Amino acid sequence: MWDHEIRAMASTHAIIASSVFMATVLLAVFVPGFSVYGMHLLWIYAVSGAVTAVSVSVFWLLGISPPTKKHTLGYKLSRLFRSCLYFLLSCLFFHTVVVLYGAPLIESALETFSLSVLLTSLTTLRCLCVLGPHVQAWIRVFSRHGAMSVWDTALQITVACTLIGAWLGAFPIPLDWDRPWQVWPVSCSVGAMIGYLTGLVAAPAWIHYHRKHLTYKCK
Amino acid sequence: MKGLPVLCLLLWTCAVYLVGIYLFVGGFLLVRLEVNRTSTCGDVLEPGEEPVDFCRARPRFRRAVVLIIDALKIDFARFDPSKSDPRPYENKLPVLEETLSSKPSQSRLYPFRADPPTTTMQRIKGFTTGSLPTFVDVGNNFASSAILEDNLIHQLGQMGKRVVFMGDDTWESLFPKKFHRSLPFPSFNVKDLHTVDNGILQHLYTTMVGDSWDVLVAHFLGVDHCGHRFGPDHPAMADKLTQMDRVIRSVIDRLQNDTLLVLMGDHGMTDTGDHGGESQKETDAALFLYSPSPIFPGPPSQMDPDVVPQTDLVPTLALLLGIPIPYSSVGQVLLPLFHPPGVAGGAVGGLSQLEALWINVKQVNRFLETYSGMAKDIAPESLSQLKEQFARISSDYLSSVREGRPPSAQLASSLQAYLTAVRDTCRATWARFNPLKMAAGLAILGFACLMCFVLSELSLPLIQEAGAGLKAPAAVALAAGASVAAAQLLTRGHAEAAWCLAAGAFCSELFFFWTARRLNAPAVLKNGTKAGKSGRWLTARRLLVPPLVVPLLRCASLLSDSYVIAEGRVVTFLLFSLALYIPIHLNWDGLLLPPSPDPLKTAGLLPSPALSPSTVRKESCALLACSGLLIGSLFLSLSFHGCREEQGLCQPSPFLSSLSRLQDSQIKNLHYILSVVSLGICTYLLRHCLCHYGNLNASGGAVFAARWVLPLLSVCLGLHWAVSATPEDSFRNLAELIRLAQLALPRAAFCLLGLGLGLIWLDPLTVFVKARAAGSARGAHLPPPRYRASTGISPQAELHHLIPQIYQRMRRSLEDGEPAGGGGEADGRPAVEAYGLGTVYSAPLLLFGGLLGIGLLLLHPEGMAASFLLLLLEMGALLYIHASSITLSGLQGAYSGGFNVPWTPVVLWSLAATQFFHATGHLPTFPSIQWSAAFVGFPNGHTGTIVPASLVTLNTFASHILFAVSCPLLLFWPLVCEVRGSRGGRGGGEDGEDAVMEMRLRENPQQFSSALLQLSTRYLFILGAQVFSSVCAAAILRRHLMVWKVFAPKLMFEASGFLMSCLFLLVGVTLVLRVDVAVGRWFKRLVPDASR
Repeated sequence: MWDHEIRAMASTHAIIASSVFMATVLLAVFVPGFSVYGMHLLWIYAVSGAVTAVSVSVFWLLGISPPTKKHTLGYKLSRLFRSCLYFLLSCLFFHTVVVLYGAPLIESALETFSLSVLLTSLTTLRCLCVLGPHVQAWIRVFSRHGAMSVWDTALQITVACTLIGAWLGAFPIPLDWDRPWQVWPVSCSVGAMIGYLTGLVAAPAWIHYHRKHLTYKCK
Repeated sequence: MKGLPVLCLLLWTCAVYLVGIYLFVGGFLLVRLEVNRTSTCGDVLEPGEEPVDFCRARPRFRRAVVLIIDALKIDFARFDPSKSDPRPYENKLPVLEETLSSKPSQSRLYPFRADPPTTTMQRIKGFTTGSLPTFVDVGNNFASSAILEDNLIHQLGQMGKRVVFMGDDTWESLFPKKFHRSLPFPSFNVKDLHTVDNGILQHLYTTMVGDSWDVLVAHFLGVDHCGHRFGPDHPAMADKLTQMDRVIRSVIDRLQNDTLLVLMGDHGMTDTGDHGGESQKETDAALFLYSPSPIFPGPPSQMDPDVVPQTDLVPTLALLLGIPIPYSSVGQVLLPLFHPPGVAGGAVGGLSQLEALWINVKQVNRFLETYSGMAKDIAPESLSQLKEQFARISSDYLSSVREGRPPSAQLASSLQAYLTAVRDTCRATWARFNPLKMAAGLAILGFACLMCFVLSELSLPLIQEAGAGLKAPAAVALAAGASVAAAQLLTRGHAEAAWCLAAGAFCSELFFFWTARRLNAPAVLKNGTKAGKSGRWLTARRLLVPPLVVPLLRCASLLSDSYVIAEGRVVTFLLFSLALYIPIHLNWDGLLLPPSPDPLKTAGLLPSPALSPSTVRKESCALLACSGLLIGSLFLSLSFHGCREEQGLCQPSPFLSSLSRLQDSQIKNLHYILSVVSLGICTYLLRHCLCHYGNLNASGGAVFAARWVLPLLSVCLGLHWAVSATPEDSFRNLAELIRLAQLALPRAAFCLLGLGLGLIWLDPLTVFVKARAAGSARGAHLPPPRYRASTGISPQAELHHLIPQIYQRMRRSLEDGEPAGGGGEADGRPAVEAYGLGTVYSAPLLLFGGLLGIGLLLLHPEGMAASFLLLLLEMGALLYIHASSITLSGLQGAYSGGFNVPWTPVVLWSLAATQFFHATGHLPTFPSIQWSAAFVGFPNGHTGTIVPASLVTLNTFASHILFAVSCPLLLFWPLVCEVRGSRGGRGGGEDGEDAVMEMRLRENPQQFSSALLQLSTRYLFILGAQVFSSVCAAAILRRHLMVWKVFAPKLMFEASGFLMSCLFLLVGVTLVLRVDVAVGRWFKRLVPDASR
């Protein structure tokens, strides 16, 4: 029923996932002494940048983004501006949430902000790509009957997986194992990334197995 | 409403839990009374009758070097030259073997058996006091860990011997200011193998060469830390032991003739390097004795014991160094170190074997008499046996001494037998886990949790036929208990209460499950369609929802020491997650936003319940705002946490220290103002809430408490803080007055609290009735009444928080036989109006909780007022979130659970109790107990122990108490807030329901009882599951390194917190029932009034 979309989605996700790996491998090759734990912030920004660039271009090429009603340059520019603004606001939002969750307020603010940038580029960016800069639509997507296409369902799954991954990533922090990946925010960002990759794999698979039962309201 | 069955069921559940806890704790925590007497030189222990100054005699050794190598297992010390490929820990101490073979009359190596618990602190206590320390040594001084019992270090100090200590800093906390010179090094970091050892080595040799010491104690930690970090089977252990070998060699080289070297391990270790338990690998350490001059009669012989118990070191060392044996020692002298009867003392002085034994026996007997006079935990029959034995041998010994004939060889062995018997008796009493009791306690607790869960699921059918169902379990429990008691009496002659209770609890649990099965079956049969659903209430799908996963995670976190140490933050994290889950979940169900007008839904199934977008939006906004408030107070509450010693880089909250300790007067004033403002806001919020719902109009006891007692209490509290914060010397001339105020103000506050609580209990109704004719003149602040006749059976009228007309419904339910003769009411004019009837249940409860909260605040440091304000805000936020989410579900027809409280708010409530336990500056460790609470209102101390103990308990478990008492509010709050929803509905032109609020509960008494029971059992289930998991942690990890530092205190605090929660949950439920009775009476009185 949704075979075409599923195939497109699987390949999109494969491209995004490979971009994550590529970013890591390139860093390892070109930066001497690189390790994910040791130069964690560099890794976070590299991966975020890669995911952002690849997602934007892939979704733009595929034409998933909602059709713009007007085609004037001014409207497009304002849309772009709003998207950037939302991206920034979402970074701040995630930063606040993470601090409320118990991250240190002042000491490692840069690390916390990097984590929130990563979370934003893994979750909010996709919302922006799929739904455009409409917060109302974002909220509505995350309800049981809110998905209006296969892409919306995939969005739900990846976002949930990413956030759950980041949440689970906080668990090992209090343990007294003294491992390098227990340092803030390594475990959370790695957890988020693992969750995101899982979501990328799980979304097409889940949709494929439930394709018979999926019905969407027309837009 | 059936109040009694609810109360009985809850009581029974609590009782079963408590029996489980009691049983487990009885098997796990070993309790011993400390005897705070010390031996002196004048003690008549010498053979003759005449008093001899025992200390004047010349001792065998003038000086001693005690080297303690932590966790020096006997296997490490043995040497087997035949081993070609020794393991890393084998054959690494060749110096011992060399010395033993070359100087057999100067050295001995024995296995040195420790008593469990084999942890360092307990062991140090063991081989200095000679007794068997247990986890709880009940002494006068809970607060510090200093040893108060008579001990070797104390005796050495008494004799003027200069004790020099270096090494593990545990000693410094155990013997503060007892050492001539002390060089402690931090022992906390288990990963650090070298700090302590290198610190000792820097000073050891220089100290030994000098002459400013008599007894030198050096405690090396490297081997133990190496075991914890790498395990014994690791090259690092080989390095460490080789280092120790060098140390021993150098020490032996520097010894002088009058010096004894004692080299010992305090405990062993398992193959993984842990210790704490009772396996032979953990208990068997090494003991190596050496002196440059001959001390033993010859090479090892028959006389030598196979194993030396650790307690035996104490009397031996004491007699060798010429000091009295510590009072509570139960050890036995090491005979080979004293000269045998035939041989004269020779060149060196000292006691003969028999004399030493006799002194030892006298001392042990004296201790036994003193102890058995104080405590009754030693079995009487063994005690009398020991007494008999002592009488026999003492007469033997004295007669032989008096007649001057050589004592028989038998006498020595009977003296030894006596000492062994005493030690075995004591050990059986104090130093052994009782695995059977622990297992039984675990089983009962586990079943009790399951029972609570079943009870909460089956509350309605149980209530429906509880009358018959309650007596049977009680009878079964009694019968089982009695039969076990009888069996024990028949077989053993005496009955142990623990086992009778256990049998009773267990049987009643089993009986309950049987009943529940029976109850469940007809429920399935009756409604065939729901058979599948109600039969499968334990499936994974229903258990794996976030509200149950969060408590599961919480319970799992209790099994790890790191999580227990970080408990405050862990709980806050979980609470935060669950708080975020509520709006997300509502949004997922499409309940948070007003439904979009899409064709699928309007055509669909819902019979269009009362929902207007504006109502939904308003409720959602309220919900989100309350979530924000909750999250904000969660975040702020983190700044009130204290610090455990395990948390290295942690600063305790500045609010924890009392105002009088602050130096800077500006900060002091700031803190004071903050506290008073918080207190004021608390009081204002409470009063405002009551006032808002019209509960302050009446003139009953509860209203009096709300109007006058509550503000007065706050004023008292503020004044008390001000007085107690004044510096000692600033107001000299007012000193007398200040002292008086310090005494009087808190006592006045206690009295006011008692008065308020008593008034609420006696007259809980906050309903103001007025006749119709009086109009609404009294309620000037209320909107004018609006009446509206509806098509219903009864005339409908409603008003903001003003519920007239209720009595008609009530009359129907009360006097169902009588025809409702209210012809006068048919015109839609109610005859009676009642203010505050809608919150008749919640108002007294709220007031009770509020008064109690302010009373408990009195026991805390002043800075905690802000934390209590946060507590109140968080409670309110939780209540409103709960109410809003119910309303949202109800508005859109998705919720139809009667009065039942879903799991999420209950879980939030119980987690919040733990969270505020931490956020009021408490920690589950003994040193963090706020002892100053015992002196509030009693600045000069106490005479008894009950008052201070209860004050400290109230202080420690304040948040448990408050959350437990106000738990029934969860049931009432959706009903209290219901009026908002229907008002909004009316505004939108919808046909809203009556604003009946809590009167709904009176209309469905059965559902009321079942919902109350369900709420309480759910709360108990969550708390009980936490207790169960910390009990499991203690049982499973009883050999863990941290068991006595983390898990056992956690268990004690969790269990006591549970006890307090149970108690005050029962108080809360009883208060609700009390109100219910009062409301019933009120209606009865009202009905004749109205028909007149």
